[in-house]
Amino acid sequence: MTAILAPSRRDEDQLESTFKLRKRTSRRTAADWVLLTGVVVIGILIASPFLLVLINSFKSPSDYAANGPLSLPKALYFKGIADFWNYVDFPLKLWNSFYTSAAAALLAVLISVLNAFAIGIGRVRGRTWIIILFLLANTIPQEGLLYPLYYMFKQVDLYDTTWSIIIVFTVIQSAFGTYLLSSVFGTFPKEILEAAALDGASRWQILWRVIVPIVRPTLSVMMIFFFIWTWNEFLIPVTMLISNDNQTVPVAISLLQGDKIMDVTTTSASALLGLLPTLVFFLIFQRTLARGITAGAVK
Amino acid sequence: MVTVPTSRRPRRISRSLLPASGRGSFWFYLVPGFVLLTVIVIIPMLWNVFLSFTSWRGILAPVWVGLDNWVQLFHDGDFWLSFRNSIAMIIAMVVIPTLIGLVVAAILFDLIGKKFGGRVASFLRATYYLPQLLPGVIAAVVIGWVLRPENGALNTILGAVGLSSLEHNWLGDPSTALLSVMAVMVWVQIGYPVVIFMAALQRVDPELYEAAELDGAGWFQRFRAITVHIIRPEIFVVTLTCTIAALKVFGPVFTLTRGGPGNATLVPSYYSFTEFFTAQQVGYGATIATAMTIIIVVLSIAFIRAQDRMERAEEER
Repeated sequence: MTAILAPSRRDEDQLESTFKLRKRTSRRTAADWVLLTGVVVIGILIASPFLLVLINSFKSPSDYAANGPLSLPKALYFKGIADFWNYVDFPLKLWNSFYTSAAAALLAVLISVLNAFAIGIGRVRGRTWIIILFLLANTIPQEGLLYPLYYMFKQVDLYDTTWSIIIVFTVIQSAFGTYLLSSVFGTFPKEILEAAALDGASRWQILWRVIVPIVRPTLSVMMIFFFIWTWNEFLIPVTMLISNDNQTVPVAISLLQGDKIMDVTTTSASALLGLLPTLVFFLIFQRTLARGITAGAVK
Repeated sequence: MVTVPTSRRPRRISRSLLPASGRGSFWFYLVPGFVLLTVIVIIPMLWNVFLSFTSWRGILAPVWVGLDNWVQLFHDGDFWLSFRNSIAMIIAMVVIPTLIGLVVAAILFDLIGKKFGGRVASFLRATYYLPQLLPGVIAAVVIGWVLRPENGALNTILGAVGLSSLEHNWLGDPSTALLSVMAVMVWVQIGYPVVIFMAALQRVDPELYEAAELDGAGWFQRFRAITVHIIRPEIFVVTLTCTIAALKVFGPVFTLTRGGPGNATLVPSYYSFTEFFTAQQVGYGATIATAMTIIIVVLSIAFIRAQDRMERAEEER
């Protein structure tokens, strides 16, 4: 693109020049290849830590010491992964992360729907301020809530239980969900609502039988995002979940760095086990996410 | 992923979208959300502000000390250092990714997508986005592993290509620790602006480009005058959300350096965490956290107002 020096074409016939321009853009110049190489190199740089972690997780420490990080494993070695897996009781951590994230995502969508029904459809008085309040809740740093939450959860015996995480992230995610969904509900076709009301449906029925089925795609994108965001959280989980049995995947892996079992290939295995779940979610939800990544981005 | 509300929409008299119904009973639907919000966010937030005026070890009742903590904060070299490190995080998470993201998104969209095929462009975009999917602490573990001191991948590679003089204890040396944490954040963050900007570029009318080209505008001129201009709302959103995220960085610092060596990588979030739970100076930790809350809220309001003003100026033209 940079190589196309556009000479002045004003005196030429407009149509013809446009045609020539179109034709020319499909030709690849040397500069195009240079730029392609540039973006591919950036891509390789970004991908290389993943590849390094992948090949070194299946290497024995002596293989690593002898041949370094760049060679492929001489023989597939699963002991690093197995050691870490057993040492942290990885299935338990996976399960903790999974059900806390799923519960928070589900409850957050439910709360968002109820809030957005009042704000977007019901248009309650002062709704602008209500939305600002919810956005504020989503924006303020979690360290500004941390100690009071810690103290409160201790008082009600929810400290060091996964319930503390589920409750906190239900609220934080639903604050964002309320904001997003209120504007979606605000543009809901009035005719459909009127028709349902004429048929004698109550508000509760209209919400669950008419509105929710229609906005279901938006709700599922929201739920996936809330799930992944909760899975990735760290500050509040590392504060609340002190027993091994309650920890989530990121907390367990972070706390073990520098531990005596963490030789070079076991550390690599811990990184691999930590990144695999999110990559798997991404592959499963790819289609929904591709639609959703830009959902809510500025129109 | 966050839209910034603008006050552009005309003010209409608020009426429910549901006909023949008073507005009163809709409040019922807000009750669960409001109760939860009050208990989990509003009360803790106000409580935390209150604690910043007290001295508290977390056991006996807090003792009111007025502005003592705030005076101490303004004279606390460690706090200002942690704040300087936050600016380093802004460079790593906002400035570098946005600038690179703009150029890369334009190259992928205009050139790679059109001349080498959409599949190449979307494959590269997915590759850039990959680190964004990880929990921040896992990203830190991955890069921390690459940067390991004795037998780390980076040092081994440097040695192998004859640059062993550059081998380094990247995270253990105060002069490179902050740069290493910044590297983690750049790696994590780079894909976000690329994805958002590429989506935004679909709004750019190709005829505008052709017209500009016919008028003799060079690539950079077109990029600045058309591309950057049209996707400005996205640039605003990316800058705002990433700046807020940069001020909140905690996990990577906790995982890789615990603020060290010395205080080289101390960030406000980690500082308040250690005041809460290690030093047990809850009042002072609350002061740091309150200061961060104020900075983030003020920044958000300033950003949104600036964007609003810009859009209105645009409309009046």
